[in-house]
Amino acid sequence: MNGTRLVDFPSHSKIPERDIGVRPILEVNGLGIDFGGLTAVEDFTLTIGRTEIAGLIGPNGAGKTTIFNLLTKVYQPTRGAILLDGKDTANMTTVQVCHAGIARTFQNIRLFQDMSVMDNVLVGMHQSIKGSLASAMLRLPVYWKEEKRARQEALELLSIFHMQDMAGAQAGSLPYGAQRRLEIVRALATHPKILLLDEPAAGMNPSETGELMENIREINRRFGIAIMLIEHDMSLVMGICEGIAVLNYGRIIAKGTPKEIQRNPEVIEAYLGKGRGD
Amino acid sequence: MRDKYKRIPIPVRYLINALLCAAFLVIVQSFISGGSISRYQSGILVQIGVYIIMAVSLNIATGYLGQLPLGHAGFMSIGGYSCAIFMMRLADKMGVETADLLIPGLIFGGCVTALFGLIIGIPALRLKGDYLAIVTLGFAEIIRVFMLNIDSLLGFKFTGGAGGLTGIPRYSNFLNVFISVILVCFFVHTMMKSRHGRAILAIRDNEIAAEASGVNISYYKTLAFVISAFFAGIGGGLYAGSIGVMDPTKFGFMESIEILVMVVLGGMGSMLGSISAATVITVVNQVLTSLSEYRMVIYALLLIVVMMFRPKGLFGTYDFSLSHVMERLFNRDFPKRKSKGARK
Ligand SMILES: Nc1ncnc2c1ncn2[C@@H]1O[C@H](COP(=O)(O)OP(=O)(O)OP(=O)(O)O)[C@@H](O)[C@H]1O
Ligand SMILES: [Mg+2]
Repeated sequence: MNGTRLVDFPSHSKIPERDIGVRPILEVNGLGIDFGGLTAVEDFTLTIGRTEIAGLIGPNGAGKTTIFNLLTKVYQPTRGAILLDGKDTANMTTVQVCHAGIARTFQNIRLFQDMSVMDNVLVGMHQSIKGSLASAMLRLPVYWKEEKRARQEALELLSIFHMQDMAGAQAGSLPYGAQRRLEIVRALATHPKILLLDEPAAGMNPSETGELMENIREINRRFGIAIMLIEHDMSLVMGICEGIAVLNYGRIIAKGTPKEIQRNPEVIEAYLGKGRGD
Repeated sequence: MRDKYKRIPIPVRYLINALLCAAFLVIVQSFISGGSISRYQSGILVQIGVYIIMAVSLNIATGYLGQLPLGHAGFMSIGGYSCAIFMMRLADKMGVETADLLIPGLIFGGCVTALFGLIIGIPALRLKGDYLAIVTLGFAEIIRVFMLNIDSLLGFKFTGGAGGLTGIPRYSNFLNVFISVILVCFFVHTMMKSRHGRAILAIRDNEIAAEASGVNISYYKTLAFVISAFFAGIGGGLYAGSIGVMDPTKFGFMESIEILVMVVLGGMGSMLGSISAATVITVVNQVLTSLSEYRMVIYALLLIVVMMFRPKGLFGTYDFSLSHVMERLFNRDFPKRKSKGARK
């Protein structure tokens, strides 16, 4: 997968060759946000292919998480446009964007700590479970049917990470790595078209990271969805991302394949040069 | 779920619980009819039932949703007045016994209260922070003053003003109060164990993550608050019929705090906790009426002690399930369900 060829996409980006016939999942144009006087992101323009695994890297404070927050409407952009599967998200809220197909994880884990692992995943499936409040209160057949189906699906999603046996455990009691994986499962449970992962390997040891790479590839293949990830672990980024965008001081300084990025002098200067050690 | 343990099938669980509830009702009722439970004692039972409903309904907003409303007595008051006035006036018009109108009366009282919950919930729940506490506190006070003074404004007898609404037929009894308790607990339970209840719990645990998972925050906050108000209205309606008088001064700040103490003491988010604490506190209140002046001191001390030794309340978020206990008996290595909140 690392040998993916990127081809020029009209105007401003490159996407994997296999995605060229279909509408890109995400087209971001001139995105920017100011916090008071501080411009955190400026002129962010990027296209992500339908089934692409994309990477977003950059030094601390570059604005990577801010971009995720803009895409999911946690922050309203000051400038620019986001097209999700061709639809403009300008007037959408976080919830609407989620229903339209963007799911995410958080840099500092945000699980429903006091709920079970199973319930965390079921909250992700909230929108796809049918049945009114009345049907649940009266325990009508539609409730049982939907609940059974949802639990089955939740177990299948958990099994990607071999977590199906932890379904009854309390989410907050899981080890750190498992919590990160559970966040990914919960995000997948919303049936996204694109999955945004904010430093999924943070705090994981090398063998866990290796497994995670396999898991991300599997998710990408099995569900045919795009994945965009922020990561400081270069082995992971270079190992699984097809297209990479490098951010520095809120601006994109380079886009390209892992090989191109590694060779780019500006990137080496801004980022890799400092972090050669890791 | 694939499972290596022997499970009790769901219809059987429901049947067991239904039979137990029925047995409880029949046995206690036969004691009352037989005279082994005195009128005084059955009066206390009715009060226990009313306060169980009040605590369980407040628990929806505090324990499950994680908000801090301080005006639950205001809802109780609205429910009591609207239910009693509705039943009395309609019974007059239709020429039937007031008690025959209990079901429509309670539903009416619940709906009126829910409407007020909606009106104050929509603006108050949109704001982040503890605005709900302040808004509900003020709201309950407004309701109290309203009930006191509306008659002089209207120019005819409606709520009875400072003298209270008197002459309410005593339509509440052990049987109808405890059937209501069982129904309220059942509906709260079935709501919480569904996608709607999970959405409410998710908001409590992490609002940002709930939103990112597609849960409409303001909708579910308002829903939980309105349902909490609805059941509080039913509790108020049953209260009116148990005392026979609605005295507006009863539903002040202290009453709201008393219900809150029940929820906090029992464990926020534990229905079993709310039920137990409501029972104990009501009994203590009824039996030790002479101590009523020191009640707030006793609550304060109790709360301090509980917070020191069991900061999440007596039961944490643990909820009792008979089926789980039985399953544990059948399966020797059955995983124990931990009380999530309570500290070791
Ligand atoms: N809500 C906010 N208000 C003000 N400034 C903010 C806000 N959110 C982010 N920033 C600023 O925007 C810049 C980018 O932050 P961001 O969290 O996006 O960085 P990052 O690339 O994710 O860094 P890291 O690798 O450390 O996670 C920082 O200077 C940060 O202080
Ligand atoms: Mg970040």
